[in-house]
Amino acid sequence: MAKARVKVPKSVKKGEVFQVKSLISHKMETGLRKHKKTKKKIPRFIINKFSVKYNGEEVFAADWHPAISANPYTSFYVKASKSGPMVLTWTDDAGKVTEKTVKIKVVS
Amino acid sequence: MSEKSIFKEIRRRDLLALAGKAVVTVASFGLLASGASADTAAVSKAIEKSIGGKSPQSGRVSLELPQIAENGNTVPIAVEVESPMTSGDYVKALHVYSEGNPQPDVATFRFTPQSGKARVSTRMRMIKSQNIIAVAEMSDGSVYMGKKAVKVTIGGCGG
Repeated sequence: MAKARVKVPKSVKKGEVFQVKSLISHKMETGLRKHKKTKKKIPRFIINKFSVKYNGEEVFAADWHPAISANPYTSFYVKASKSGPMVLTWTDDAGKVTEKTVKIKVVS
Repeated sequence: MSEKSIFKEIRRRDLLALAGKAVVTVASFGLLASGASADTAAVSKAIEKSIGGKSPQSGRVSLELPQIAENGNTVPIAVEVESPMTSGDYVKALHVYSEGNPQPDVATFRFTPQSGKARVSTRMRMIKSQNIIAVAEMSDGSVYMGKKAVKVTIGGCGG
């Protein structure tokens, strides 16, 4: 579906609360716009779910509505426990899933 | 017709034309938005739907939004909830609502004690100047609310 970008610190200390920045390209069609020529409504097509798993456990999730801007950007925080993968998942109205995995390196 | 009155006539016509254009713009904008926008009543209904019959207390929720947003298509918003974020006391969910958009719901964010900090930032659409409301559900069942007004120069949402 779309290109996703995720930014996390190169390494974090155990117990540290670090910021995760995420960006995905998606037009996030609201379903309220009308086609300029045909005057027909353009159907809604947005990413409605965003979820983040860290070492297999969900740490952050979001439900989005059409009021979220195109190319949704989200930043949030996670507490470092141990090194492992962080999987970010975006699901759109068509049920299409985009997944991006980043490695979290925890140093003591 | 004297020179002065011709000048006046042109000015008047220009103004009329401009006014006409303005009306057309406003009208098409209304069409794009298609129908009534969410208002305070719709927002309270949406809040009730997500948190049940609880009445939110004010405080602990702070919204960071620009006072004046130039482009309503992408307005940066950050919401932070005061909470220790421990397994015994954390923010479960944070709902964001808009009073002026065609639909009151903006987003719901779910946190866990593993989040460390109940802060989230994103970008949202605003069709016009309005109040943005954030409601936080805590793990102990209490509910807190915060509110902020934003002025929008050019609206988003419709197109």
